[in-house]
Amino acid sequence: MTAAAADDLLRVTDLRVTVQGGPVVIVDNVSFTLKRGEVIGLIGESGAGKSTIGLTALGYTRGGLAISGGALHLRGKDIRTMTLDERRATRGRGVAYIAQSAAASFNPAMTIMKQVCEVPVRQGLMGEADAAKRAVTLFRELDLPNPETFGARYPHQVSGGQLQRAMAAMAMAAQPDILVFDEPTTALDVTTQVEVLAAFKKLIRENGTAALYITHDLAVVAQIADRIMVLRHGKMIEFGEATQILQNPREEYTQRLVAERVKGSGFVSTQGEAGAPILSLSAVTASYAKLRNVVADINLEVRKGDTVAVVGESGSGKSTLARVIVGLLPLEMGDIKFNGASLPPRLGARNKDQLRRIQMIYQMPDVALNPHQTLLEIIGRPVSFYFNRSKAEVRARVLELLRQIDLPEAFITRYPTELSGGQKQRVSIARALAAEPELIICDEVTSALDQLVGEEILRLLKRLQDELGVSYLFITHDLGTVKRIANKVAVMLKGKIVAQGETAKVFAPPWHPYTELLLSSVPEMRADWLDEVLARRGKTAAA
Amino acid sequence: MKLFGHKLTVLAAVGIAIVALNIFVALFAPVIAPFGQAEIVGDAWAEPSAQFKLGTDNIGRDILSRLIFGARMSIGLSLVITALSFSLGIVAGFAAAIAGRWVDMALSRFVDLMLSMPTLIFAFIVLSVLGTDLPVLIVTIAILDSTRVFRLARAVAMNITSLEYVEAAKLRGEGLWWIITREVLPNAVPPLVAEFGLRFCFTFLFIAALSFLGLGIQPPDADWGSMVKDLRDMINLGGAHPLYPAGAIALLTIGVNFIVDWMLAIHSRGHGEGA
Repeated sequence: MTAAAADDLLRVTDLRVTVQGGPVVIVDNVSFTLKRGEVIGLIGESGAGKSTIGLTALGYTRGGLAISGGALHLRGKDIRTMTLDERRATRGRGVAYIAQSAAASFNPAMTIMKQVCEVPVRQGLMGEADAAKRAVTLFRELDLPNPETFGARYPHQVSGGQLQRAMAAMAMAAQPDILVFDEPTTALDVTTQVEVLAAFKKLIRENGTAALYITHDLAVVAQIADRIMVLRHGKMIEFGEATQILQNPREEYTQRLVAERVKGSGFVSTQGEAGAPILSLSAVTASYAKLRNVVADINLEVRKGDTVAVVGESGSGKSTLARVIVGLLPLEMGDIKFNGASLPPRLGARNKDQLRRIQMIYQMPDVALNPHQTLLEIIGRPVSFYFNRSKAEVRARVLELLRQIDLPEAFITRYPTELSGGQKQRVSIARALAAEPELIICDEVTSALDQLVGEEILRLLKRLQDELGVSYLFITHDLGTVKRIANKVAVMLKGKIVAQGETAKVFAPPWHPYTELLLSSVPEMRADWLDEVLARRGKTAAA
Repeated sequence: MKLFGHKLTVLAAVGIAIVALNIFVALFAPVIAPFGQAEIVGDAWAEPSAQFKLGTDNIGRDILSRLIFGARMSIGLSLVITALSFSLGIVAGFAAAIAGRWVDMALSRFVDLMLSMPTLIFAFIVLSVLGTDLPVLIVTIAILDSTRVFRLARAVAMNITSLEYVEAAKLRGEGLWWIITREVLPNAVPPLVAEFGLRFCFTFLFIAALSFLGLGIQPPDADWGSMVKDLRDMINLGGAHPLYPAGAIALLTIGVNFIVDWMLAIHSRGHGEGA
């Protein structure tokens, strides 16, 4: 160990991770040094190798992978040459890990307190009483409710955002030098994300802990990182000070990433046509067997050429609304009119033509397409089912649709497993278009995709609307998407629409307090955004 | 080496070799066997010799010939029974998963009732009352077995029907038949095929157990289970005779399991490429 490295907690040089015994390179030639109290953000699309790098800091690789080159020095000691026991001793104490899904990381059969105290007690750092005291301190630092009794609860008894913070407490319990955050706020709603981010930031600042913060969202990492590393296909694209990356990116790829986020501010100009609405909901109310009024008293209209966005947090009832419109969940009260005629509430009671006119595109393209059917079968089925065409005509129509969604004609014989996520989502769009619908319900269609891929899907949907005049009902939690694609918006909260109208009007003052909360929670690409929001909210809370 | 586009492991190759050998022997039993299965060709308990490779049994029949004919009976019968129990179980299981709450309730509770009785005792009672004819034996074991297949088929179909491509088919207005045959069945094949191999083994062992107890295949037809019974007296005299049929049972079971393990490993790697 050299004396110069005293302040370098983690020094990674020329790290290379490959598939065991294979030529596939997951991480290629990545180097960085993490100093005490510093936060480095790792950013990139899925498959960029950012989680793999985060895990190597713990001396761990996922099954089937191996560190095949380079060196990892943790406080001057090479992790690669450590024995298994030495590695185990560093975990929790030297480096701790915070995963994306807290719900999947906690043992549901043990109280939170037990799990938070496990590492320091196991590692012999503290007795149980001391560990419990430390846990309560951490709960308080993380702004968890009732810090004294919080630990007595089981994981299912607290909310998702609280559990994510409890996991941070678990990671901090043994006072590690380094925290590895792996997409810790990705599964949370925007309003919750703000609280959790603020708690993390405070925790890191007060304890002087160093951290690797892995995320795909530049605006999130802008709030917390001192330096940002942009990764793509396992390679380092750009590495620099956070302000430089955000304001003055050098590489073309980084520029595109930054531009994609900044562009979200402009409003769309397209307008739906005047005239009678094609879809109109009046006083629609629906319930599940054990949950009453999941959506209640919904009034909503969609005109030809409209893109109406339905926004809200998870659990607000927006997906249920889609299920009611298509008839999967029959409504209890109210009326759904399509082109002026009432739709039967039940799916089974609707005729083929009524079914054809409303199509749906799903969030997860992986499970929306049957893996045992070729694209010809998937896209061709609605054509033969609704229009009774011959085999040759179906084929010609499928080729035409493939051209419309910018996929090569040769893909007609492919199976969904041979496509990327973005390509699969295009196929879902083609399947919906094959029915020649008047309304397409898009249920979170971009949220399972990478930013730039999602952006392309939005552009495709926009272009298809201009060409075909189809209307969209766009269900999403991402307000950036709404601003870019929707001319009208309905904001849902606890099953009710609290605000609706033209996007520009709903998203401008005077706004509904909840709309304001949602809007102000979307991270912006400025390093001081989080502090500003918290300061503003603190003021309103005090007033 | 590859089979059906998947890399063959060593164990899988061994399993396939064992099963292929057994099937070959079963198919060509009359050609391969030196003697008939019921033919008394020598003294009781004759020592192995050039004429009788494995010696003779308690009434002087050639053990090797009976082993060869036994393969035919044991394997053929197990295949018929497993195929029947799968047809029953899959149809009922898919119906329970797709056709609605009441169908599911009725079928599932009936299956619970069947599963609450020990299989061997249930088979005992049925076979003692109705007699041990081959058709009775086949139908009894097939029905008992189909309750287990039902459980799996229902669970698999439940998982698949909750996926969005099935929902998309429902929204399109497709009928129940299309959904079962085109959307659900192709995706349910891999786990069901793997289960077929395992159930085949259980059926095979079950018949052997019934035969050993005298309720399975009746003399003079040879099958491995009843051969163990016929030869068990030799244990007292220090002979290894009962180990031949018992070994044959063990070998085939292991062979089938190797293949099943291989198939399960392929399946757990996710959806087969364009299968």
